[in-house]
Amino acid sequence: MVRKLDKVDVVVVGTGWAGGIISAELGKAGYKVVALERGEEKSTKDYIGVKDELRFTNRFEMMQDLSLETITSRNTLDETALPVRTKHELGVGNDLGGGSVHWAGATYRFLPYDFEIYSKTVERYGKKKIPDGMMLQDWGITYDELEPYYDRFEKTAGISGEQDPNPNAPKHSSDYPNPPTKETPNLKLFKEAARKLGYHPMQVPSGNVTQNYENPDGQTINQCVYCAFCTQYGCDFGAKSDPIVTVIPAARKTGNVEFRTQSYVRRVLHKNGKATGVMYVDMVTGQEYEQPADVVVLAAFTFTNNRLLMLSDIGKQYDPNTRTGVIGRNYNGQFNITFLGARGFFNDKKFNLYMGAGALGATFTDLTGDNFDHTDLDFLHGGGVELRQYGDGAIASNKVPKGTPRWGPEFKEKSIYYANRNLVVWYTPAVMPWWHNYTDLDPTYTDVFNDPLLRATFKYTDQDRNIAKFGIEKCREVVEEMGADIVDDDEIPEEFDHVYQGGHYAGGVIMGSDPSTSAVNNYLQMWDMDNLFVVGASAFPHFSNHHPTATVGALGYRAAEGIEKYLKNGGGSLAKSHEQKDKKII
Amino acid sequence: MSDKDKTNDNNNRNGKNGNGEHYDPGRRRFIKNTGILAGGVVGGSILGGLLTNQFQKEPEQVQTETDLQDARMFFDRREDFNVLSAATERLFPKDDIGPGAIELGVPYFIDKQLNSSWGWNAKNYMKGPFVQNNYVRDYEKKDRDQSKQGPHTDVLPEVPTPRYQTRLNRGEIMLLGIRTMDQVSQDRYQSSFDKLEGEQQDEILTAFENGEIEMAGVGSETFFNLLLQLTIEGAFADPLYGGNKNMMGWKMKEYPGPRAAYIGDIESEDFIVMEQKSLKDYQS
Repeated sequence: MVRKLDKVDVVVVGTGWAGGIISAELGKAGYKVVALERGEEKSTKDYIGVKDELRFTNRFEMMQDLSLETITSRNTLDETALPVRTKHELGVGNDLGGGSVHWAGATYRFLPYDFEIYSKTVERYGKKKIPDGMMLQDWGITYDELEPYYDRFEKTAGISGEQDPNPNAPKHSSDYPNPPTKETPNLKLFKEAARKLGYHPMQVPSGNVTQNYENPDGQTINQCVYCAFCTQYGCDFGAKSDPIVTVIPAARKTGNVEFRTQSYVRRVLHKNGKATGVMYVDMVTGQEYEQPADVVVLAAFTFTNNRLLMLSDIGKQYDPNTRTGVIGRNYNGQFNITFLGARGFFNDKKFNLYMGAGALGATFTDLTGDNFDHTDLDFLHGGGVELRQYGDGAIASNKVPKGTPRWGPEFKEKSIYYANRNLVVWYTPAVMPWWHNYTDLDPTYTDVFNDPLLRATFKYTDQDRNIAKFGIEKCREVVEEMGADIVDDDEIPEEFDHVYQGGHYAGGVIMGSDPSTSAVNNYLQMWDMDNLFVVGASAFPHFSNHHPTATVGALGYRAAEGIEKYLKNGGGSLAKSHEQKDKKII
Repeated sequence: MSDKDKTNDNNNRNGKNGNGEHYDPGRRRFIKNTGILAGGVVGGSILGGLLTNQFQKEPEQVQTETDLQDARMFFDRREDFNVLSAATERLFPKDDIGPGAIELGVPYFIDKQLNSSWGWNAKNYMKGPFVQNNYVRDYEKKDRDQSKQGPHTDVLPEVPTPRYQTRLNRGEIMLLGIRTMDQVSQDRYQSSFDKLEGEQQDEILTAFENGEIEMAGVGSETFFNLLLQLTIEGAFADPLYGGNKNMMGWKMKEYPGPRAAYIGDIESEDFIVMEQKSLKDYQS
């Protein structure tokens, strides 16, 4: 029996950056909010003194328990999708704070080009430049419109960085609130090489905060000490910007927000075109609950946002054969064809690679977006070129030059010799949307409640291979300039390998200005159900050439503002659809 | 980050500068092959900073409390454990750089890992149907070299992990693989695997690595990759798991173990060698 609870103003599904920001903002505005998290209650106490590489990096301690739910994956429409069974192949954040607790902290904004990518591409190169089947579309919002929300996110998160010296870099209305991370010898080496090649290097904008910082909500983030246990770990020192040290305590402070953990949402409930609440299971007792609310917000990971709409039968499922429908459309993300580059091995130089932080790194943006002429190039968009110093663990640091055996005496000797003598420079290419890449429900495999799993269909195209090739060549030039004795190029994979490690998966519930090609408007409000907001990377119509978090945060603030407007106005759509605009003009 | 820690760092840092060393793996192999030189001091001069003091003499076999953990909890048959031990030692052999898998406690590490929630695949999706058709088998033959992969693979072990599509859990795969390896050894050489010459053992391991051996329910390369992954993990995981005995794996790599803070050292132009500390030190 489902037990019905008292109605609240807003119910939020997910407690990462998106859900955390929305909960805090609406709590501050005086609304009663319940935020539901499928994972466990966590605080910084859980992450103190647990620097254990095997447990966190190799056994994926902080990732979703796949015995409850996973996804299925295939490359093409005529294949049978198979479940992604192990955490080695699928790492999606879990527990309070979501994936935003184990993230590395690289905090880039997307580019003005991204938000108007269709218009700007056509304007500069003509329609013919866009290959048939590439579902390029504008986001229904411009960079300038989103800029204030980026700025807010960066201040909440205490982002530590410097102004991008690239003259084509997007304008920021104010500086980062904290100075950049430290310039280590390997980063210096990278920057010197990049400058010699005519690029404009800088420190990666970082969520590993460089000084004790009190954010505008009054929450304190501590100074990062570069302890190296960062990506895939919660922070030992409360020094990584994450929801559990920022927006979650800010939300709690209002007295209006309740975070309910181990609460597994199974359905969005709706009646007559309005969401009425959600149905969830208390994973401790097994009791099913209905949580009614005036506004429902899906702010979970991309996969969950997609799947909950499909399971709840909200919106029209995308059909690749007819290229109609919107839910599941433009599924995209950065898979194993991205982040390729060149690795340099140094015979006469050693680096303190065991020290580091998730977002400690150097980069340049000269080869991002449309900052370089694509007239004679066989791809669109670009990528960042990065050198990171995560802080290598002892299990991970087994990099050997190509041609070295994978085991035995030679492997042992070289893996130990080069443990502190190798640096990798990679390219972080954008990923374009294609008609054949989408999500829907799997016809065979089910979760612990016997609901269908989400099925992801994704394959690479020439665009992906060509941009990867371009990036690898550029990275090789940098690594050679850095003086490496051996430079090994990464190899371009033939096809997507169904490994989802990296957390950069997006789309399926995309934003836009036309309800026939987008699911949500530029306040992340569903076109088909005006009291349902779907927030997160699921709204990205394509994947830009930078890490997604700043944009998720900015969209979180944008959605929070929209929800507040909606509640104040007593309902209604917050944005005019493209079709309606056209009618007005006529 | 405490003062205590800082003091230790200062005491133990010998200020060794790794820069300026020269390394030529080809030359080293040549010297080895001619048999003129054997390990020890001369090898040290070639490998330079790799050989810190603790490896110029044999590490003492100290009977510590840790050794009481060296008992089997997964492999019931001693014979299976012996085969496992011999295989790991071929994958990560003892040499003049330092100890091999057996001395590092890798076989006991593996034994413990297999009798854990990870060994039972407790947090993996293990619902059927399990598709073991040609498509999957073919897929499993594709190596997944992590260094050629996407975001954050820098922090993953450098071992291929083919797509997992078997109803067997990791413990079952390992037991089946170990016994199949011994069976292959009996068929080819009428001897148990652990009694073979090293080259014979390598030949059998390579056959498994290449997927040439028939195993029920899983490709032999899947078993081999799991064995290799576990061996590397056992050499370098925190000693709390039973491997990396006395932090000897970390000493070889000049990896210090968990530390509170590097903020004072991270801009150093010199490579800094610190005394190894384990999670036990860190938490106490």
